[in-house]
Amino acid sequence: MKNRVVCYFSAIQTEQPVVYRLIKNYDLIINILKADINPQKEGYLVVEMEGEKDKYEGGIAFLKNLGIIVEPLSETVLWQEDICIQCGACASFCPTESLSIDRDSMLVSFENSKCVVCGMCLDCCPTRAIKLHFEVKEAV
Amino acid sequence: MTVEKTYEEINARIKRGEAVVVTAEEVIDYVAENGYEKAVQEIDVVTTGTFGPMCSSGAFLNFGHSRPRIKMKKVWLNGVEAYGGLAAVDAYIGAAQLPDFDPENKVFPGRFTYGGGHVIHDLVAGKEIRLEAIAYGTDCYPNKKVDTIITIDDLNEAYIFNPRNAYQNYNCAVNLGDRILYTYMGILKPRLGNASYSTSGQLSPLLNDPYYKTIGIGTRIFLGGGTGYVAWNGTQHHPNVLRGENGVPQVPAGTLAVIGDLKQMTPDWLVGLSFIGYGATMAVGIGIPIPILNEEILRYTLVKDEDIFCPIVDYNEGYPYSKPIDLGFANFKELKSGRIKINDKEVITTPQSSYPRARKIATILKEWIQRGEFELSRPVAMLPSADANIEFKSIPERSPSEIFLNGRNRRG
Ligand code: SF4
Ligand code: SF4
Repeated sequence: MKNRVVCYFSAIQTEQPVVYRLIKNYDLIINILKADINPQKEGYLVVEMEGEKDKYEGGIAFLKNLGIIVEPLSETVLWQEDICIQCGACASFCPTESLSIDRDSMLVSFENSKCVVCGMCLDCCPTRAIKLHFEVKEAV
Repeated sequence: MTVEKTYEEINARIKRGEAVVVTAEEVIDYVAENGYEKAVQEIDVVTTGTFGPMCSSGAFLNFGHSRPRIKMKKVWLNGVEAYGGLAAVDAYIGAAQLPDFDPENKVFPGRFTYGGGHVIHDLVAGKEIRLEAIAYGTDCYPNKKVDTIITIDDLNEAYIFNPRNAYQNYNCAVNLGDRILYTYMGILKPRLGNASYSTSGQLSPLLNDPYYKTIGIGTRIFLGGGTGYVAWNGTQHHPNVLRGENGVPQVPAGTLAVIGDLKQMTPDWLVGLSFIGYGATMAVGIGIPIPILNEEILRYTLVKDEDIFCPIVDYNEGYPYSKPIDLGFANFKELKSGRIKINDKEVITTPQSSYPRARKIATILKEWIQRGEFELSRPVAMLPSADANIEFKSIPERSPSEIFLNGRNRRG
């Protein structure tokens, strides 16, 4: 199974090689989508975790045992149409064609339902019209 | 019967609201339906457009004086330095300039969130801008520091002067290497992962007038949502290059220097851009009207995407180290279709320059002319064309001796 979760850390937990253990002990594929750790070593990590069901659940339990708060991620991609200049650069990077070019009109459009929030499109947009919107709570 | 029209006749029709104006896309269908003869008699103007990143852009600003007066030595707008080596309160803000504190590519790839192009965009949007300036102080200009807030309305003059815009044709960029590249052509995925091109093809101004027979110094144009003029040929103007039978250059060729009043422009058509790993720049909207003076001029405007070829260039080694790597050419029809073949591999293609926006510019310009608001101007001088003998120069490698250091000894 594959899921995206937000892990909220406190200072002690960031000392631990959490990601390493998840990979080594639970055989999970970990993709870090966003990390924000403040100078006090508190913050959150948005990760995509993929693996067999029991291993995945074991990994989550491991995180919770460390006192890390794990919550399902509610994130969306915002395409700000008013900022977009319709250049089309993003269409090379979107794996699901949620951002795509109509090759007749060359108009770019965004289909939210197809978006898997992989974040591939974010860096390539020169107007920064695409934003990743994380529902993240204040640091706990 | 050969038709010859003059600028005066075309302008007279524009003034009466009778001019027949079509865009560089529409003219293709018009001729297909009505034939050459009829088209050359009826069509007065074909409008073109382009909207894409143009780094060689910027604006001259005059701030007026502080009290007491100041001769600005260094000037910053929202932390982005503007060149102040001009008269007391004049400065030039360049689109590619970065704030002094920008981390640049120290953490690679840098994000370049804000730069000169964004300052110009904010100015033209009427936003408040922090103006800081320092000076050494003179008897006539005693003030040494200014730190205040301005908007475009506070400026005496603000005009765009872009040394190189509207490139006639451009490379299609790819990456033959093994690592991802961050370039001014966008992100290039390794091993021919994608191809990035940048011009508006059949809508592009200089591709519709390949020998610059109507576009010259003094040509009135759409610039940044207002009106502007062609001021000179652009930097790196290199018209004597490989051209197709239709006269269209197959490599980057002519360029334009353009000028226009920033105060009547709009933020839709001057947009600050951030290219990850490369830098900040600005997208500039340019539209140029082409008077259909005769059949030859009409014929040039009929150029189609499939007749326009551009070189495929490797940005791993080919471009940065000027290594000759032949990847052939692609035409714009293929590029727009989304896929081209390079070395037998299918490669996804996406643009950097906005075709829908280019079309919008050509349409706006068409409407201005139809409403009699925009007359054509005859160039006061022509640009060097394909018969010029311009050599494309590079920086010479020489070793400066001590007397050249910092210009200190130059005046004895
Ligand atoms: S986040 Fe991924 S799937 Fe969604 S639009 Fe961007 S590239 Fe496409
Ligand atoms: S890269 Fe950005 S500006 Fe260009 S089409 Fe995509 S969202 Fe719009």
